[in-house]
Amino acid sequence: MALSGMTSQMSMTPKFQHNFMGPDWLHAEHSTGTSIMAVEYDGGVIIGADSRTTTGAYIANRVTDKLTRISDSIYCCRSGSAADTQAIADIVAYHLEFLSLEQGEPPLVETAANIFRQLCYDYRDQLTAGIIVAGWDSRKGGQVYCIPVGGMLVRQPLSIGGSGSTYVYGYVDANYKDNMTREECKKFVTNSLALAMMRDGSSGGVVRLGAIDKTGIERFVFTGKDIPKFYEG
Amino acid sequence: MSSIGTGYDLSASQFSPDGRVFQVEYAQKAVENSGTAIGLRGKDGVVFAVEKLVQSKLYEFGANKRIFTVDSHVGMAVAGLLADAKQIVETSRSECADYRSQYGSNIPLKYLNDRVSMFMHAYTLYSAVRPFGCSAIMGSYDPIEGPAMFVVDSSGVSHGYYGCAIGKAKQSAKTEMEKLNLANMSCRELVKEAARIIYLVHDELKDKAFELELSWVGEATGGRHERVPKEIFQEAEKFANSALEDDSESDSEDA
Repeated sequence: MALSGMTSQMSMTPKFQHNFMGPDWLHAEHSTGTSIMAVEYDGGVIIGADSRTTTGAYIANRVTDKLTRISDSIYCCRSGSAADTQAIADIVAYHLEFLSLEQGEPPLVETAANIFRQLCYDYRDQLTAGIIVAGWDSRKGGQVYCIPVGGMLVRQPLSIGGSGSTYVYGYVDANYKDNMTREECKKFVTNSLALAMMRDGSSGGVVRLGAIDKTGIERFVFTGKDIPKFYEG
Repeated sequence: MSSIGTGYDLSASQFSPDGRVFQVEYAQKAVENSGTAIGLRGKDGVVFAVEKLVQSKLYEFGANKRIFTVDSHVGMAVAGLLADAKQIVETSRSECADYRSQYGSNIPLKYLNDRVSMFMHAYTLYSAVRPFGCSAIMGSYDPIEGPAMFVVDSSGVSHGYYGCAIGKAKQSAKTEMEKLNLANMSCRELVKEAARIIYLVHDELKDKAFELELSWVGEATGGRHERVPKEIFQEAEKFANSALEDDSESDSEDA
C-alpha cells in the first residue's frame, strides 16, 4: 500500500503496480488441513474423512471429497497439499489401471501402496502429502497402509492422519478394539472424525465414509445433525 | 533338409513360401540336442530335474548347472545352448527385481512368463539377430495362488503345464509323466518320480556320463526355490536306480 502513493518522479514504476498481494487466501496453497482415518475389519475396510479444504484461513471448499478412487476396490485418503495429492492419486491410478490390464486381474492393495510410496519417497523434497491407502483384495482381504510425509510405508490395522488426527490419538487408542464388525468400525470412524473436526480448526464440514469389501465400495455422508455429538456432556 | 539351399533360411526375418521361419526351427534343433530337463507341478509345489550331460571328465563336479534361481520364489530349468539360456536367466532376474522394487511383492509367474516370452519372441523378428537356441521351464509357488509352471521355447511361444519336458528325450519323458496323477501328488513324491524319469530316459549308449540336478519350490521349502537337500536327493536317486533295476528284471522275465 505504501507504494501506491508514490510520485512518478521518484520511480518509473507505474502507480498500479505494487507489492500488495491481497489477503493470504489469494496466494496461499490449497491444502487439506484434514482429518482422515481408515480401519481394517474382518472382510473389508472403513475409510473416512472430513470435507474441509483451506487456503490459509479461507475455506476454499466445504464439501470436498478426500476419499479418492484408485481402482474399484482401492481408495486413498488424502492429506497435505490438495494439488500434490490429487496428482499423485491420478498417477497411481494410471499405473494400476495399466498393470491390471497386463495381468488380467484386479490390482493388489499392497501394490497400490508401493506405487504411492515410491512417488512420495522419490519426490519427498517437492511434495507435501500424507496419504492413507486402503482397500480390499482377494489375497489379504481388507488392508490399510499409511504413507506419511517423507515416503515411509507401513501397514496398520488402523491409521489416522491429517492435522485433526493429533487431537484424537487418545480417543482412538482408548476405543480401538480388534475384530470389530463393519457397523462397529463405521461408528468408531464417524465418532473419531466428529471429535477431530470439532477440535481442529482446519477440519470440518461433513463426515464422508466409505466401506470397501469384496463387493466394492459403499459411500456414506453425515451432515449437520447427523454428525455425532457424543463428546458433549 | 528341404530348407537348405533355398535361401529362405538365412534370416530370422524372412518367411519361406510355405509360411515357415527356418531360423526358428534351427534354434529348436539346438534344444533337441541338449540333455533332458523336466518339470513336474503337483498339489503343493513344482519340482525340476535335469539330465546334465558331462562332456569331459576334466570338468569339476557340478560345473555348468542348468537349474537357476530367478527370484526367491521362481526356479528355471533350461535346455539348449547354455550361453543363450544364461541370457534368458539374466533377463528374467532383472524382470523379477524390477517388479519387486516397483510393486513391493513377488512377481506372479504368469506375468514373468509373459515378459520372458515377449523377450524371446522379439529375437525371431529381426534380420540382425538370431533366435535363442534354448527353451526354459519356469516354476513358482505362492501360498495363496498355489503352484504354477510354464515352458517357453525359442519361438517365444509359451504354455502352462502340470508336467513338461524339453531336450533330447522329451517324448519318452512325457509318456512317463502321463502315467502319473501329477495334480494330486506332493513334492516329496514328485522328487522321486522326477529322478526316476531322468534316469529312465537317459541313453547310456549315446551319452555316457551325466549328473542329475534336482530342485523344488513349494510348501516344503516355505515358498522358496532351492536345490533338493542332500538326504532327499540321495533317497530319490536310490529310488530311481531301484526302479530301473526292477524294470530291467521284469523285461528279462518277459523275454
